[in-house]
Amino acid sequence: MRLTPDSWILWEYGLFKLNATILFTWALMLVLVVGAALITRRLATGHQRSRWQNLLEIVVTAIMGQIEDLGLENPRRYLAFLGTLFLFIASAALASVIPGYEPPTASLSTTAALALCVLIAVPLFGIAGQGLAGYLKSYLQPTPIMLPFNLIGEVSRTLALAVRLFGNMMSGAMIIGILLSITPFVFPVVMTLLGLLTGMVQAYIFTILAAVYIAAATRSSTAATTPPGPAPPAA
Amino acid sequence: MPIDWFTVGAQLLNFIILVWLMKRFLYQPVLNAIAAREHKIAAELAAAAASQAKAQQQQQEFEQKNLGFEQQRDSLLRQATDAAKAEGERLLAEGRQAADAASAVRATALQRDSDLLHAEIVRHTQQQVLAIARRVLADLADVSLEQQLCAVFIQRLHGLDATALATLGNALKATSAADPALLRSAFDLPAQQQAAIQAALEERFGQPVALKVETAPELIGGLELSAQGQKLAWTIADYLDQLSLALSPGADGEAGA
Repeated sequence: MRLTPDSWILWEYGLFKLNATILFTWALMLVLVVGAALITRRLATGHQRSRWQNLLEIVVTAIMGQIEDLGLENPRRYLAFLGTLFLFIASAALASVIPGYEPPTASLSTTAALALCVLIAVPLFGIAGQGLAGYLKSYLQPTPIMLPFNLIGEVSRTLALAVRLFGNMMSGAMIIGILLSITPFVFPVVMTLLGLLTGMVQAYIFTILAAVYIAAATRSSTAATTPPGPAPPAA
Repeated sequence: MPIDWFTVGAQLLNFIILVWLMKRFLYQPVLNAIAAREHKIAAELAAAAASQAKAQQQQQEFEQKNLGFEQQRDSLLRQATDAAKAEGERLLAEGRQAADAASAVRATALQRDSDLLHAEIVRHTQQQVLAIARRVLADLADVSLEQQLCAVFIQRLHGLDATALATLGNALKATSAADPALLRSAFDLPAQQQAAIQAALEERFGQPVALKVETAPELIGGLELSAQGQKLAWTIADYLDQLSLALSPGADGEAGA
């Protein structure tokens, strides 16, 4: 039994290797991009539109609404990053109903890469939002003594993001694998359903946490002194 | 559980590419479509509001025009009614006048017919009376009617009162051979009667009288002497005139009264 799809190596040439994680990621990317391109190829601007267009519009506007609810101004600016995070993680979890498929998010490498993306995106959005000085100053809040703790917090929350997603996705796949060997009929189906739910919840949590970090970084120093918003969910 | 750093790098790159692709193929087109629809709906709403405003304006204009038309119609109707009334009165007055005129013409015609009938009756009666009188006189006397008439005329001459006699005498005095007194008779007066009347005149007035004798059938019977505007007459026409008066409707009315 493989703990991670990284270990399922299909092709290798020196440092380069093609493992199941990358392959399934490409497959997901292909499905997402081709599907989006096919649907958005002929978008209607009138009152009558296709159900697929309705689905996409509902998804996009729901993500925008969530971003807006977190207090981020101009949500369209963060839509591409946060929306893709959610859609990728959610589709990776949804596809786990396909036999033979292993979600790429069950690989710590993938979740680490996503967490690194968040780690890089937060300061970028923060600097774009309040300038370099303003962003760096936020590390000295509320007092300069807190600088090392803030830095540790940055790293630790990135680590937490990566490990949380990996643990949940991997455990879901592992549980199903173990149960298949014990009770092969009804119970794995129930657990697969639970795994789907867990995957959707994790996608939501990951995206919301990233949004919260970005929101904290883009807020001005005056806003930072105000009481913090809702506490990030812990899982 | 080791982290495969090559896979991490590849997934990082994959994710960045996916972000770009999704932005290119999903978010932008969908958001553009939503924005286009919102714009379209806003434009439609604005157009609808404009149409509504225009419709309201047109409705107001229509109502104003309608009001104007109604007022104009009422005014025209009033004028037409007044004109029709005036025309009716005029026509009625004309009709009345025409009726009056027709009535007058009819009355005139009736009067004329009545007069003609009356004259005819008078003429016929006179002739009948004359014929009766002639026959009666002829039956009663052995002298002719003409003689009798002359006798009556002479008798009347003698019966004149003094004033009339003086007036007539003065008038006869002024007569001469050139301007003689005129003796009119309904019939051809025989020479014997002419001489008798001449003698009676000269005897009554004591002077010679120039006399011219004329026959006038309209006198029917009798004699009439006229000189210088003065006249002495005894004719059946006088009696018949009195008969005519008695026969006229006015006389009847008076008689009835």
